[in-house]
Amino acid sequence: MSRPVLAVAQAGLLGGLFLLWHVLVRTEVLPAFFFGEPLVVLERVRDWFVSGSIWPHLGVTLLETVLAFVIGTVAGLIFGLWLGLSDGAARLLDPYIKGLNAMPRVILAPIFAVWFGLGVLSKVLLGVTLVFFIVFFSVFHGVREVSPAVLDNARMLGASRRQLLRHVYLPSATAWVFASLHSAVGMAFVGAVVGEYLGSARGVGYLILQAEGVFDINTVFAGVLVLTAFALLLDRLVTLAERRLLRWRPGGPGGRTG
Amino acid sequence: MAALRLDRITCRFTGRDGDGHVAVRDATVVVEEGEFVSLVGPTGCGKSTLLNVAAGLRAPTEGGVSVFGEPLRGRNAAAGYLFQGEALLPWRSAFDNVRFGLQLRGDPPEEAAAAARDWLRRVGLEGQGSKYPHELSGGMRKRVALAQTLAVGPRILLMDEPFSALDVQTRTLMENELLSLWQRDRKSVLFVTHDLEEAIALSDRVVVLGAGPGSRPVGEFRIDLPRPRDVAEIRLEPRFVELHRDIWATLKAEVMRAHAVDTVAP
Repeated sequence: MSRPVLAVAQAGLLGGLFLLWHVLVRTEVLPAFFFGEPLVVLERVRDWFVSGSIWPHLGVTLLETVLAFVIGTVAGLIFGLWLGLSDGAARLLDPYIKGLNAMPRVILAPIFAVWFGLGVLSKVLLGVTLVFFIVFFSVFHGVREVSPAVLDNARMLGASRRQLLRHVYLPSATAWVFASLHSAVGMAFVGAVVGEYLGSARGVGYLILQAEGVFDINTVFAGVLVLTAFALLLDRLVTLAERRLLRWRPGGPGGRTG
Repeated sequence: MAALRLDRITCRFTGRDGDGHVAVRDATVVVEEGEFVSLVGPTGCGKSTLLNVAAGLRAPTEGGVSVFGEPLRGRNAAAGYLFQGEALLPWRSAFDNVRFGLQLRGDPPEEAAAAARDWLRRVGLEGQGSKYPHELSGGMRKRVALAQTLAVGPRILLMDEPFSALDVQTRTLMENELLSLWQRDRKSVLFVTHDLEEAIALSDRVVVLGAGPGSRPVGEFRIDLPRPRDVAEIRLEPRFVELHRDIWATLKAEVMRAHAVDTVAP
């Protein structure tokens, strides 16, 4: 399929799903009280953006997401490189890392709220715990797969340990980081929204929680719709950055989606 | 004084089960200054191991290496190494790859850039500098690697079957180019190959390594063919054929032995 045809088909699929939803609710196959009405949902979204009332909430959620994403990625990259290159530290910390990764981190949300308050910080930290491990593991395993020939070559050309890190490991690491960033974007959103949902005074997660409290299912769906759209937007930004930074990769990085 | 002396080298590898495997035993190889020496031998005879010892990438279990009379410790800073596989940095363009070694040692940027451009031209890749390795053909990548290695001005050149992955025509072309580059400043070369014809066509001396395990040189042959040579044409000279027959007689026995070990071993 060519690009424009594909875009039309994708939009058509979305329209089709909305139409199906609409018909099922209108014919009362699905009760509108539990499933909402697509037209009302879209109207709610439009009202939010026309009146601008969504922006304070959306702004907070996006801020939390982006901070969690950036901090988690950088920390994952640094720790991944460090443990990947230092066998002793990797063996020492191995059970802790596996344990922390296996722990369901959503239960940390209330604890973080107690420790760091109901503001932005507790949500960012929740997001960081989710993003960190995705990036960490992909860098950690990637370090061991740097081509030995490339390493030996750099050594023979006179690279010191520091120069190897800067000129060989770090550029290789960017490739593994990008492989994990698409899932990391989603996780950063999960951290922000779940954090808001469990205790906050602002944010899209907060809006959704309020709407659920009064059984306003249409507003819940509207919130989910807005979040999804912005998650896609962020994912798109990651793809653009990937194309720019990984031009050297055979086959082009745009071909793969994570 | 020899440019490179591998003195009674023994290399023992420890396997996963703790068993020792002796790749090379008591091997002595000398490369005189300005001499082109090839190491030939059956597969798995430890040719690459010896080369890595010469490069300082692997420390021998026993024996010592001296470079221009000085005992070698750590990396052999006088040597450039042309690897068998893909060793270019894939995230650097051809130009950036060639100037990599110059950057590492802290040459002024303008000088490094000028030298890299010059080397790209000398290996026939003028105007291709902005391409990434994956955008170049196998032969072009080898040229970039050659320029990258030579740009830092090594006095010794170590080569591990550098052209084995190329097709026959490209290979002949690269061999000729290597010879004409070498002809200018006559670096000391240790060239590893399993291709006897390549070894004879390029070298001043061919050293035959015995079959492993525990292999060592079993024969040395001086190649008294005139230079400059054309590797494609020289193969037809009567003297070439004669040398080939002599060396092959030695090499064949080792190849048969290696084959026997291969098929008998569990």
